[in-house]
Amino acid sequence: MADQKFETPAFREFRDNPAIKDGAMSHSQPFVAKPEHNTPLGFPGELVDNWEVKAVEKLGDLLNKNRALRVYLDSCVKCGACTDKCHYFLGTGDPKNMPVARQDLLRSLYRRHFTLAGKLVPGLVGAKDMDKEMLDDWYKYFHQCSQCRRCSVFCPYGIDTAEISMAARDIMDHIGVGSKYSNEILAKVHVIGNNLGLPQPALADTLEGLEEDVLDDDGVDVKFPLDVHGADVLLVTPSADFFAEPHVDGLIGYAKVFHQAGISWTLSSYASEAANFAMFIGSYEQMHKVANRIRKAALDLGVKRIIFGECGHAWRVAYSFLNTLAGPWDFLDPKYPVPQHILEVTNGLIQSGGIVLDAEANDDKVLTFHDSCNVARGSRMGDVEGGQFIIPRNVIKASVNRFVEMDPQTTMEKTFCCGGGGGLLTDDLMELRVKGALPRMEALHDVVNNHGVTHMAAICAICKSQFTKVMPYYGFSMDMIVSVHQLVGNAIQLGAKE
Amino acid sequence: MSTLSVIYAILFYAATAVLVVGLALRIKLYAATPTPLKIPTMPAPLTKSGAAFRVFREVAFFESLFKSNRWIWIFAVLFHAGLALVLMRHVRYFQADIWLVVKLIQPFGIYGGMAMVAGLLGLWARRLVQERIRYITGPSDHLMLALLVLIGLSGLNMKFLSHTDIIQVKTFFLGLLRFNIQDLPTDGPLLIHLGAVAALMIVFPFSKLLHAPGVFFSPSRNQVDDARDKRHLAPWAAHMDADRDA
Ligand code: SF4
Ligand code: SF4
Repeated sequence: MADQKFETPAFREFRDNPAIKDGAMSHSQPFVAKPEHNTPLGFPGELVDNWEVKAVEKLGDLLNKNRALRVYLDSCVKCGACTDKCHYFLGTGDPKNMPVARQDLLRSLYRRHFTLAGKLVPGLVGAKDMDKEMLDDWYKYFHQCSQCRRCSVFCPYGIDTAEISMAARDIMDHIGVGSKYSNEILAKVHVIGNNLGLPQPALADTLEGLEEDVLDDDGVDVKFPLDVHGADVLLVTPSADFFAEPHVDGLIGYAKVFHQAGISWTLSSYASEAANFAMFIGSYEQMHKVANRIRKAALDLGVKRIIFGECGHAWRVAYSFLNTLAGPWDFLDPKYPVPQHILEVTNGLIQSGGIVLDAEANDDKVLTFHDSCNVARGSRMGDVEGGQFIIPRNVIKASVNRFVEMDPQTTMEKTFCCGGGGGLLTDDLMELRVKGALPRMEALHDVVNNHGVTHMAAICAICKSQFTKVMPYYGFSMDMIVSVHQLVGNAIQLGAKE
Repeated sequence: MSTLSVIYAILFYAATAVLVVGLALRIKLYAATPTPLKIPTMPAPLTKSGAAFRVFREVAFFESLFKSNRWIWIFAVLFHAGLALVLMRHVRYFQADIWLVVKLIQPFGIYGGMAMVAGLLGLWARRLVQERIRYITGPSDHLMLALLVLIGLSGLNMKFLSHTDIIQVKTFFLGLLRFNIQDLPTDGPLLIHLGAVAALMIVFPFSKLLHAPGVFFSPSRNQVDDARDKRHLAPWAAHMDADRDA
């Protein structure tokens, strides 16, 4: 599937909803995981015997464990309010990418086996038995959901299709049908500690290289410490920060902030990954296992605080789930929330004067900001409701002079996913990724044309990688996308404080 | 006491039992099912009272629906607000001494009835006309609307066209409350109206009408944003802490 042929969707002049195109994306699915990707996670290697029955059993298990699943499957009234809210529907017109239709793929099985109406009059209530056709639809369309939660904002009952997708993927993993991308990466994390499979020596090498780069560029000896016992701060950051562009410029930005503020910090080679891919496959057990690498690293290194780098899904797991999965954090310094986001730290330092920024350093740029879906709708920063919108903007505005907002229908809690979240950031889903980026690309196009925007900042490793890849399809240059801490890194005044 | 009265009496006892027991069991099930993780749709309130107020706004004003689709919101408000008025107006059939509020609402109840039917027809039209909603509509969705419209129209019909003996209807329902079956008038529209209401009560706990209790149990709406301050742990997940290395 290396040379997939498809057309990049055209910008919609009036942002009207696409006409329904049945089966428009029925060919899209990620590579199926092989036994060597599944078994390390405790899943069956391939499709099990009796899978139709096993799937129903697993659904029953999840229904008893997760109130959201049960309530959401019962409550939908088919009002249709969510039908035009998903970027994958807007970009493809495939009706199964309407959130409610996606939910119905699982709901039909739920109704058949767990509701009276579905048992008595299945045809009336859309109840169906599990068969190959249903499994195929599940595999395709539950891998066309980036679990961005945009639909849940607009549903009168808060029905979150992300929860349904996670449950469906968990069920599929339990009958031996997983996505290669997510499962292969998770297997790497359990052995090596990060998604890229970067072992300790390679990581140490990379960090040394970064120290040399910064010394060459800025003449300042900024350190990138690894596995330092007794450091105050453990920094957990997405592994893409170690080498991908523009991520690595963000990492350099964090290091400069720590350096200038005099904060002692370290990375851990054992917990060298912020992103917890187990959320994508909806597995609590896997999520627990990955998250507890961070607990172990914090204990082993004897740190006092944990800070996360720029990453959207990572921050959702960190902010909303880490206390549940890997807490309690009673061994850390109670003065700080656990964990903290690097932006909370930088924002605090800007306000206290702990670091000084010179926004002129970024005067060659006009910035806009892409709210990452999982930060916007799955987490918070700071201590007020909506701080996840305020703090990144404060930091950007302190780092650049010219900042422009995109269409308010596409920012903050209404933000559109980049199109590559939720375990879909794989080349085998390129068509989906390009088409799903349409709403964001349209909003960007507006501010580029009308306000001369030159760069878009993001705070998520997936957003950054996704945009780098898909922006050229829409006629934008791939280096338009920047890390927020790249801007901070450019603007920060290093050296002795007055 | 006619056979018909006995049949309707039994029907209403049965329907009430199904509604009450069915809903109670469902609510018990929702309440008993744990929430393994904190998943409020952010930004979310930081306090319990804030979260309660968020749910209240959903229930009273359909806040999220207002954000997402103005037409559906208008029709949904017409229907639900109309229904609320109509239900208030009907309380008089179960009271020997009628509450003051019920008396005060009496003249407006009828507009409620009209609003309810108008809202339902609007929602139904969307199901037929709007391509996306047509795609997600199943037979049960049409049937549910048909049943509600039937209830509304048969009720309005008794108000405006073919009146029934409402004193006798009241005697029947007061009788039911005292387990003393009285005669029910035998007009067609009344029997249709009451039969449809009983059917609605029976399907309630087994249908999408569960959105009524569901909205109160939706974690994305009722959870407080306090994950970093308070450890939230489901009983079924607690044992995993013992297995971790550190
Ligand atoms: S969670 Fe996001 S990707 Fe999934 S159905 Fe909802 S809007 Fe679409
Ligand atoms: S908005 Fe909610 S209730 Fe309405 S169709 Fe979508 S999921 Fe169902």
